Amino acid sequence: MKAPAFDYVKPHSLAEVFPLLQQYGDEARLLAGGQTLLATLNMRLSEPSVLVDLSAITELRGLTLAGAMLRIGAMVTHSEIEASALVAQHAPLLPLAAPHIAHRAIRNLGTLGGSIAYADPAAEWPTCLLALDGVVVAKSATGERRIRADDFFVDLYTTTLLPGEIIVACEFPVASANHWCDFDELARRHGDYAIVGLAGAGQRSENTLAQVRLVFLGLGATPLRALQAEGVVKSQPLTASLINQAVAALKNELSAVGDLTSDAATKMHLAGVLLKRMLMKQMQSKNA
Amino acid sequence: MKTLAPATEQARYIGQSLARPNALRLAEGRGTYVDDIELPRMVHVVYWRSPVAHAHIVKIDASFARMMPGVVAVVDGPQMAKICKPWVATLTHLAGMKSAPQYPLAMDRACWQGEPVVAVVANTRVEAEDALQYLVVEWEALPALIETETALDAGSIVIHPQLGDNLCFTRSLDTGGVDAAFASADAVAEVTFQFGRHTGVTLEPRCQISDYNPSEKRLTVHHSQQAPHMMQDLYSRQFGIPESQIRVICKDVGGSFGIKVHAYPDDFATVALSVLLERPVKFVTDRLESFTSDIHARQHRVTGRIAANKSGEILAFEIDDLTGIGPYSMFPRTSAIEGNQVVNLVGGPYRHQQYRAKLNVVFQNKAPTCQYRGVGHPIACAVTEGLVDAIAQKLAIDPLVIRQQNVIRDDAYPMTATSGIKLEGLSHQQCLDKIAVMMDYPALRAEQAALQKRGIYRGIGIAALIELTNPSAAFYGVGGARISAQDGATIRLEPTGAITVMVGVGEQGQGTEAIFAQIAADAVGVSMELVRVVTGDTDVTPYGGGTWASRGAGIGGEAVLQAGLALQKNIVGVASVILKRDVSEIALVNDAIVEISSGQSLMPLAELGRVAYFRPDSLPAGFNAELMVTRHYAQRDYPFIFTNGVQASLVEVDVDTGFVKLLKHWVVEDCGRVINPMLVDEQMRGAVVQGIGGALFEECLYDDAGLLQNGNMADYLVPMAAEMPDIEVAHVETPTKTSKLGAKGAGEAGTAGAPAAIMNAINDALSPFNTTVYSQPITPQKILRALGKV
Repeated sequence: MKAPAFDYVKPHSLAEVFPLLQQYGDEARLLAGGQTLLATLNMRLSEPSVLVDLSAITELRGLTLAGAMLRIGAMVTHSEIEASALVAQHAPLLPLAAPHIAHRAIRNLGTLGGSIAYADPAAEWPTCLLALDGVVVAKSATGERRIRADDFFVDLYTTTLLPGEIIVACEFPVASANHWCDFDELARRHGDYAIVGLAGAGQRSENTLAQVRLVFLGLGATPLRALQAEGVVKSQPLTASLINQAVAALKNELSAVGDLTSDAATKMHLAGVLLKRMLMKQMQSKNA
Repeated sequence: MKTLAPATEQARYIGQSLARPNALRLAEGRGTYVDDIELPRMVHVVYWRSPVAHAHIVKIDASFARMMPGVVAVVDGPQMAKICKPWVATLTHLAGMKSAPQYPLAMDRACWQGEPVVAVVANTRVEAEDALQYLVVEWEALPALIETETALDAGSIVIHPQLGDNLCFTRSLDTGGVDAAFASADAVAEVTFQFGRHTGVTLEPRCQISDYNPSEKRLTVHHSQQAPHMMQDLYSRQFGIPESQIRVICKDVGGSFGIKVHAYPDDFATVALSVLLERPVKFVTDRLESFTSDIHARQHRVTGRIAANKSGEILAFEIDDLTGIGPYSMFPRTSAIEGNQVVNLVGGPYRHQQYRAKLNVVFQNKAPTCQYRGVGHPIACAVTEGLVDAIAQKLAIDPLVIRQQNVIRDDAYPMTATSGIKLEGLSHQQCLDKIAVMMDYPALRAEQAALQKRGIYRGIGIAALIELTNPSAAFYGVGGARISAQDGATIRLEPTGAITVMVGVGEQGQGTEAIFAQIAADAVGVSMELVRVVTGDTDVTPYGGGTWASRGAGIGGEAVLQAGLALQKNIVGVASVILKRDVSEIALVNDAIVEISSGQSLMPLAELGRVAYFRPDSLPAGFNAELMVTRHYAQRDYPFIFTNGVQASLVEVDVDTGFVKLLKHWVVEDCGRVINPMLVDEQMRGAVVQGIGGALFEECLYDDAGLLQNGNMADYLVPMAAEMPDIEVAHVETPTKTSKLGAKGAGEAGTAGAPAAIMNAINDALSPFNTTVYSQPITPQKILRALGKV
């Protein structure tokens, strides 16, 4: 299929973007890699009148350490994150998750900001942002604001980003010496949106995890934190029975929406397997 | 491997792994696919397709669409029906088969989601799609028949009331002693198998340019198709245009798998538009409409039973197959062939004496199904091999051993199998012995047992198979379908000593042209660099059937061989006249005429060409140099020439997640003479992967209203490289005696055996839990359910 006609603008600074958003409102779409948007245009699921290509705006690029936060520009690609030594050092969860994002050709073009703004509940970056207690940096013509990931993803493909606002960067707390993180997901084919996935992060001391955040992708309308399961494992030495309690808590607190080949029960079962395996791995690595 | 005697006196190329001469052109993007062709005054068509499974078309309002920029025409079914006759796809040798008349575009009723209803033609594809959005079609949903299980119930709607019921075709086969065999057996196993409807996903979608020239009353169709002469005949009959006035050109084809061997309603519609508009019309299906308008296949529910003695001797098979084919039988090969094949093929490798089969082929409001790579074989093989494993487990006999015990002996041929199929010569015993060595079967079993103690569940699955190739007219011709069972080849010596080979069988990306060049070079006695192969043009090549039923090498290849040998004889005759030597003293070897006794070169072929073409005055009066010859070949000794093989799969099942990891796959196949081992191996591997797709991933998922839910490449899971195992291929060569070449088909056997091998391996891995999965595709959820975990 062929995309319907649209205008195309390629601004070179953020200052040029805001008037365009003001002028076109809902009729404008930001092109931030295009790995989702262009397919929806070709399928005529979306018919914006203008595409604003963000690829030439240097302010949206770059990976920098800013105090206690690692700042990753919205237009940094998945591949750049995957390969960055700075990210590996300060936000090691991200390179663990990156290889699961689609395929190399898509990772070369798709961007962090694009993925966060689209807010697909099965995507890896929103889940990681939430697990790491990250912050979305949004800018509009009137100023900048920081939105915690916990407050950002509100429903299916829906965020608290306001009209006229664009994501300029995401900030991740820099990993401390006892930082713990892990990522795993179950996809029938490598690179597909997973049936279910899990990002875990926290502080590790011997066999105990503290400040644990456990975030699932693919279960519901947004990435979902398992708060009760977090509560079970928090600050207690990991044991097989504690891990089973955490899995039970997870199944008690969250429910899943089934997809075409995995119903809600299957998804919840698989979520429990992922949680159990991730915690067992941590427990065994400490006991070894 | 036993070495075969060469097929020709000179054997420089046949049997060698040679790269395809056309591969570089395609790899560099310099192929000529239909969409690469731009003709003057060409317009583009898109089709409005039914959005629902069953609807009455109330009114078509094209007034807004016609106002859109670039729009040339909006045409509906009744307008097209004035110039294109409807068709009913049945075959007379499938007794009692029925279907309903079908038109290029739906007349007043659409019977599946995706059926073309209205054509919108514009100067560009984008303009046509823009206009399509402004086409207003008023429709009323009709009750739809979705499930095959209820298709024959009294209360169900009848899709075509004039047919009386929803039964397209039914067949029963009974050797007579089945009940007695089951009654006397020591063990009986019964299994119900489910096979998910899936489709063949080609890299290049279906596409066509139809170009009608009214001044000559001549139709030229550029088509991504497998059977150009068949389409020429169909266009001729449906439009009343003389066959000689129709040219079908199939240049590069980007994969076909059977998807492109059928005549689709939109094929006829595009031709009709070209006739009506008197200009070229291009139609390229996009990937989304491919999912609802390409044929689907393989939706079967089969209940099977097997009976055996304590010793492991298989006594009888019984099956009951129900298959849903959509609302129409597909033109012209029909949609009853797949089920019919299942009946013919179940139990095919074995020596049992009793067999009973029942087949019901029913209509439903889903996309039509028809022949797709393997046609019935993946079903029959999975049923047979699943039952053999089930009975082996009951009897506590090793799966390899029970097969070695029961396969038809290699020295028993020719023979007629229990289902009635005639088998010329197969090698089940050699293949089983060979695969056991390849996979180091005892070591694998030992490793499996050791790992199981550590909670790692591996499974080994074996599948023996037979595969129908080199068909005679028994497939279609005897049933009244005008689809050629023979094929021809013309070979011309050029003045420079090069040869040009024209063949009715075309290239779909599988390397057919490469093997034709190998055969021609050896048969004539020239270097392969001097061979040019031309296929896919009804104005140029001899009449032929094209590419299907694994017939290209066996039928087309034999025609090339015979033409090459005949041309060589003629060339030697010319040389004998020029050199004034007796034909018995000279031969054509390596591009030159040589003296046989000394091996000395007497005359390069180029010199012979020069004399024959430019100085015929120097030849004796009355002598004509015939340096272009044509030979035809039809396999007439058997209905089909069967091949055989065995596949094995090693998998690991994660019993917590239900995920299956494919660790290794082995294939031993016997396609007779192997013309190019590398290409046969590639065919095997590609076909195995397609079989794995059906076994684990691919399914056209419909909702209760008959709407396809996963018609896109994100949700319809084709097999991808990351999940595929290494596939090791070995050969046994039992040449067919029905041709000099001795080649049988190799394109489909991989697809036939892989689903059975994978399913058996998974069930072997699950055996410690006393559970099984017989529903394909085998998803993680199905495994978890079998394990009682969800």
